[in-house]
Amino acid sequence: MNKNRKIYAFLAIFVAFLAIFPWIGAEKLSLRQVFGFVVGEWTADGMIFFQIRVPRVLMGLLAGGALAMAGAALQVIFRNPLAEPWTLGIAGGASLGAFLARICPFLWFAWGPLNTSQALALAGAAGALGLVLSLARRSGGAGTQTLLLAGVTVGVISGGAIMVVSGFVSPWKLAEFHRWLLGGLDAADWRSIGALSALAVPGIAILAAQARSLNPLGLGEDMAAGQGVEVARVRRWTAIGAGIASAGVAAVAGPIGFVGLLAPHAVRRIVGPDLRAVLPCSFLFGGALLAACDAAGRWAAAPLEVPVGALTAVLGGPLFLALLARRR
Amino acid sequence: MSSSGQLALHDLRFSYESAAWELRIPALSFGGEPLCGIVGPNGSGKSTLLKIAAGLLAPREGAAELGGRPLAGMRRLALARRLGFLPQECSVLFDYAVEQVVAMGRHAHGGSLDLSTAADRDAVARALADVGLEALRQRPLSQLSGGERRRAWIASALAQETEILLLDEPTQALDLHQAAAVMEILARRAASGLRVVAVMHDLNLAGLFCDRLILVQDGKIAADGPPADILTENRLAAAYGDKIEVLRRPETQNPIVLAKK
Repeated sequence: MNKNRKIYAFLAIFVAFLAIFPWIGAEKLSLRQVFGFVVGEWTADGMIFFQIRVPRVLMGLLAGGALAMAGAALQVIFRNPLAEPWTLGIAGGASLGAFLARICPFLWFAWGPLNTSQALALAGAAGALGLVLSLARRSGGAGTQTLLLAGVTVGVISGGAIMVVSGFVSPWKLAEFHRWLLGGLDAADWRSIGALSALAVPGIAILAAQARSLNPLGLGEDMAAGQGVEVARVRRWTAIGAGIASAGVAAVAGPIGFVGLLAPHAVRRIVGPDLRAVLPCSFLFGGALLAACDAAGRWAAAPLEVPVGALTAVLGGPLFLALLARRR
Repeated sequence: MSSSGQLALHDLRFSYESAAWELRIPALSFGGEPLCGIVGPNGSGKSTLLKIAAGLLAPREGAAELGGRPLAGMRRLALARRLGFLPQECSVLFDYAVEQVVAMGRHAHGGSLDLSTAADRDAVARALADVGLEALRQRPLSQLSGGERRRAWIASALAQETEILLLDEPTQALDLHQAAAVMEILARRAASGLRVVAVMHDLNLAGLFCDRLILVQDGKIAADGPPADILTENRLAAAYGDKIEVLRRPETQNPIVLAKK
């Protein structure tokens, strides 16, 4: 199968999931009821389908896609196949920022789809990435295990800080955030899709623009520079794009880990290492993966739901450990 | 070679915080000879000099110029179409196939891993043929020997089809046979117009293949000229210490450099 056909295959999965998953959930929906609006009757099934399920699946597709694409690009600029928004601490830092914005009423400010939770998520993502990078640089460079150790630790510290702060928040207010804290998509509605898109789409666009220049970086910085890549500029924009995309996801869905690890690794096995194929396919496959995990979480223990962040951690964590063990 | 293709360094000064010396080069130009070697003891500033000439390192004073234009003012993509650079260390993030590594040399010409244009395909095919890796083009790098891998890197730099190619120790860690094979490849391309500048550790290989040698010591050019003039006991003793002996090959008078006990 040639490369373009493989990309179309990923696209087909993505679209198929968008069509199928809205039908999965606690409430059984009837096809006739859902599409009743065609003959002019709005039904409860239609409301559930179009106001709750479709946005939720879309959010999974978009959030998973953004995380996977960010992971695929971060792995190249840090020359570390285990790098992704969660293992670098970006997701954790962004979540801490978004959490602070949500629980402090005096910090809350909304303007259209944008609000302070995105602003503080961006600040948290930038702070976490800056901290992790400066720690890694001090002890031997971004390609080392130190990068991961620092990243995972910053993520854990962020999680701890969220727990500490939540101790001061009233329980009924906290209940609102409980799902979000574990990484969940159940806050999804059309409004939150707008909020996610406002950051994820520019982040994805910035990453896509780097795709061709990222290829020679796989051969090392000096080699890439000799081949005409403005290494510093590509690295900077990739970090910015990945940071924005991850912050956008964390602001609406909390810390979701390992999608940025699982999807690019699977995709590279199928389409090879060309980033011009890996980035779009990671988007499609990462989105499909997160939407599938979310659907499984809704279906497995219905009417209870397993938060999607917990599922991706259970699936992705072992892969992370296996890859870690394979490295010397 | 017209002077427009000349790579020139002038009034260069550069120093690392940790190094005892300062790189000081009043004037130096490449492009006159097909194959130019830069030799000198470890830590003398050879690689630094090469990186400045490649535009990868900015000098504190002075400038590197290509055809009269400072490298600092040129876009990397435009520069990479005229000036190639192969670093000492090459490490891959993913296990590319030989052909993919070579294809990445086409980045500056708009090509990428999948070789979209005929010019890209031709350049890659030529480079693979020159280094003798046509049969292994689909092979992942991890399945190659050290010498084959080094040839794949060189093919990537050759596929870039520049006027000048700078290489940092292209024969590093290769056995005698493989090292000579790499120099043969470079000499062949040099004979058909490419200007090659290589940092070299093996003085015998350098003497055998290069048309000009530049001896660097403590950041200064200690000597610059044809190999027969540079590879003499006196000159080498000044740079490497006195435990060096230079013999002449009877039939060609080529210098042979040996260590003395």
